[in-house]
Parts: sequence; C-alpha cells; structure tokens
Amino acid sequence: MRITCPYCGERDRREFYYRGAATDLDRPAPDAGEEAWENFVFLRENPAGVTRDLWYHEGGCGAWVVVTRNTVTHEVLETRLASEARS
Amino acid sequence: MDKLIAKNPCEGLLPLTIGSVTLTEEEPGVMTALAPYKGKEKDLSAALKAAHGMAYPAPNRATGKAGSRAVWFGHGQAMLMGPAPDASLAEHATVVDQSDAWAVVWIEGEGVEDVLARLVPVDLRPAHFKRGHTVRSLLFHMTASITRVGDRAFQIMVFRSMAETLVHDLKTAMEGVAARG
Ligand SMILES: [Zn+2]
Repeated sequence: MRITCPYCGERDRREFYYRGAATDLDRPAPDAGEEAWENFVFLRENPAGVTRDLWYHEGGCGAWVVVTRNTVTHEVLETRLASEARS
Repeated sequence: MDKLIAKNPCEGLLPLTIGSVTLTEEEPGVMTALAPYKGKEKDLSAALKAAHGMAYPAPNRATGKAGSRAVWFGHGQAMLMGPAPDASLAEHATVVDQSDAWAVVWIEGEGVEDVLARLVPVDLRPAHFKRGHTVRSLLFHMTASITRVGDRAFQIMVFRSMAETLVHDLKTAMEGVAARG
C-alpha cells in the first residue's frame, strides 16, 4: 500500500502510523450531550467501501493526513492535510 | 567542577571506507529548529535571506551551502545549520536550539545510491533526487533527514542517541554493496 503525503509525495505504508476513523476532526462541543459524546468516543462505522482515516506521517514529515480510501478495492481516493481538512 | 570533555556523537565510530563509499562525521556547528508562525513563512524567509543569505526552504528542499544551510525538516519546520541564528528570526518563528541533539554524517562515493537503496524506501537516484533535494523518511527503522549535497554525496541526520545504530546500519549496507563487486 502506498499513501501520498501532501508534502512528501507517494510513500510506502511503513512510514505511516494508523490512527483510525477521521471522526477526531469532528469533536462535539463540550455541551453537545451524552449521546453525541458516546457516539464520538465509542461508535464507529465499519464500511465495506469508502472510509476516511487519519494517518500520521511518523517516518516522514510528521504531518497528520486524512486518507479517503476504499476498503474493498484498496484504492486510495484522496489525501489531505488534517490541518486543512474538516468534514 | 571537573573539566568536561566535548565528545562528538560518532566519536570512535567514524570515518569508515568500504569499497568505493566513505562515511564521515560532519560537525554542523549551531543547529536551530525554525517553525514559522502562521502566515509568517514569507517574512521569515526574508529575514533568513537578510541575515544568513538563504531563503526558507520549500517542502523537500534545502537552501544555502555547506557550512550555512537551511534544510526543510517536516511539517512546518526547517533546520538552520551552521550560523548562530540572528535575533530577527524570532519575530517570525519559534527558534529552538538543537545543537548537539543530532548525529550528522556525510556519505559519499561511487554507488552511494545503492547503499541507501538498501535502507531508505524513497528513490534517491540522481534522476529523481538532485542536489538541494531533501527528504524526511526512514533509514532502516529510524526516522532520518536525508539531503543530497553533491553528485555522489548525501548528508544524513538522526537523533544523537541513534548514532551507533546509524553507523551500524550504514556499515552493513556498505559491506553488502561492496561484496557484490
Ligand atoms: Zn509527509
């Protein structure tokens, strides 16, 4: 698997640390209520298809990258800097 | 207080020549991490030019020359190597002294790309990676900064605590390439 870092270009998967679903970018407001917080902390989609993940270019430039990819075809559809991306 | 003895990161380990490739330690002088404030990269670049004669490097690039270099060092930072940082830089960036925190080596010679190809998952051959190009990548299991500084020469930096591992990994790769003749 190869991931294109917005800074470094296409790199081997071994340079990246996998964080998980990109829901971290949509942190609820402190007063959003129990349900919103329970969803945020515990509940994740498990799609057969397109998913958005956070990856850290640990063995590279140190940027957090939002990767949109297809879990069925393994195709990487888009990569963006997390510092610039919001859903 | 006892007199302290200055010791280089690769003291007792280098220099080393195997086959056509030579590995030496570089004494980089003062090393300063520069992280421009939001929207201040252009101002920092102008200040760098005025004070030290080189622009702030774009991603994957190094500016300046031997003895006075600015190396792109990842997301939002560059490493100034050589001169003590001018006070004007601090108006546009966080300025952090990292002198002595890095092991800096120079690897040079015919076939040097073949040595690095055994350790680094990036194509460093001259057609893709020219003088003044730099990468943050892995060297075997370590994060490293790798810059082409000549036709057959690279500067490599890793954390100082990894100096012995760096020399070991490079030596093993140099031996492997040399053994193929
Ligand atoms: Zn990167």
